[in-house]
Amino acid sequence: MNKGVWLALVLCGLTVRASEQDLRVAAASDLQAALPAIAAQFEKATGHHVVLTFGSSGNFATQIENGAPFDVFMSADIEYPRRLEASGVAVRGSLYEYATGRLVLWARKDSGVDLGRGVAVLADANVTRIAIANPTHAPYGRAAVAAMRHEGLYDRVQSKLVLGENISQTAQFAESGNATVGLIALALALGPAMKDAGTYAEIPTTFYPPIEQAAVVIRASKQKAVAAEYIEALKGQAARAMLQSFGFGVR
Amino acid sequence: MDWTAIALSLRLAAFVSLVLLVIGVPIAYWLTFSSWRWKFLVEAAVALPLVLPPTVLGFYLLVAFGTRSPIGRLWQAWTGHGLAFTFEALVIASILYSLPFGVQPIAASFAQIDRSLLEASAILGGGRFRTFWRVIAPLSRDGLLVGLVLSFAHTLGEFGVVLMVGGNLPGITRTVSIAIYDDVQAMNLASAHATALALLAFSFATLSIVYALTRKPWAVAAWP
Repeated sequence: MNKGVWLALVLCGLTVRASEQDLRVAAASDLQAALPAIAAQFEKATGHHVVLTFGSSGNFATQIENGAPFDVFMSADIEYPRRLEASGVAVRGSLYEYATGRLVLWARKDSGVDLGRGVAVLADANVTRIAIANPTHAPYGRAAVAAMRHEGLYDRVQSKLVLGENISQTAQFAESGNATVGLIALALALGPAMKDAGTYAEIPTTFYPPIEQAAVVIRASKQKAVAAEYIEALKGQAARAMLQSFGFGVR
Repeated sequence: MDWTAIALSLRLAAFVSLVLLVIGVPIAYWLTFSSWRWKFLVEAAVALPLVLPPTVLGFYLLVAFGTRSPIGRLWQAWTGHGLAFTFEALVIASILYSLPFGVQPIAASFAQIDRSLLEASAILGGGRFRTFWRVIAPLSRDGLLVGLVLSFAHTLGEFGVVLMVGGNLPGITRTVSIAIYDDVQAMNLASAHATALALLAFSFATLSIVYALTRKPWAVAAWP
């Protein structure tokens, strides 16, 4: 057999392997640190392979509406799964609120910023850039704006704000030292990359409306049974403990 | 439609294409006429942005602009503020990103010039600069135009690098491609459609004008 045929066979093999059996999960980027362990637990318990894709919830919602081949969508903002459910793109009744996100102030250890002073520190002169997620579509961004408004700081610090495309890019802006302080997810601040580089201070949950996060099964999925099983696993004790240990609020 | 973003993108593209014309001509000249043995390394470096994903460039730039890098600290000491998330950062990023588009068309047209014309100019007493202005530049008019317009158009369409180092500030770093991306994410599809269509029409018009200005009707008719 010639090389071309072999190559074609190998490529076919690869595509089949990556597509048919896997459970594909589109997950909000604040789950980046916590979800791999939960997915591994699920894989071990059920034998189904899970493929995780992290990104911005708004982006995923638009992609799924346009036929992106995901089986489960874990959004950082409950509004997107609600909308998908209402428009029939997601399976009705499959929506499950798996966690609430918590917002923290984060700064590099070498930044010289005293996070103990809470949100008020944002108005200080040595805080030149504040990274938040884009409030037009990211729930943590909206929470950040709400928290600054709650403290009457928003108008004073608005000119220092830089907007991350999603919450992990926002964290990256602060981690790389390009922004002095970042308002990021507690779940990311507890992740290995951020934990060593900086310190965080939690923003009281009364300062912003709850960041409700929810998952749905996508109607076009060919793996609805496995997807439902996955959502059930999220409701289980092990997954909830894992989410809790990464700073999410769970019921 | 986000007119602030459109105006910003046009301003950025104008800046970058003019800077690239100024630095692209000497680079192209050197690439064409130098006989240095290791020239191919410089050629490869100039062409790198064509093959590198914008995320690689964006990532390196973000690190370079940060407070942990000497460049970031130098800029901070110099201007009093960080380099990332500024218009200057986008200009620097775009110059790097569009470098091959500013250099390669010019170098290609320099290379096509008949060497005997350059020799004639030298024999008649023309120095390097005089030869450049009187012989090379007029004969490379098309290449210079294509280089200028392609670097303009390429900067206008830039997305990944801006997303990584811009920080999405209205009027400063929210370019038209970022504005479209935001609209899609927030499901403002009508606004995304309008801006995207305007960008498509503008890009097509720009390229059409370039190809119209540089076409050679007589040469084309000879084949087949």
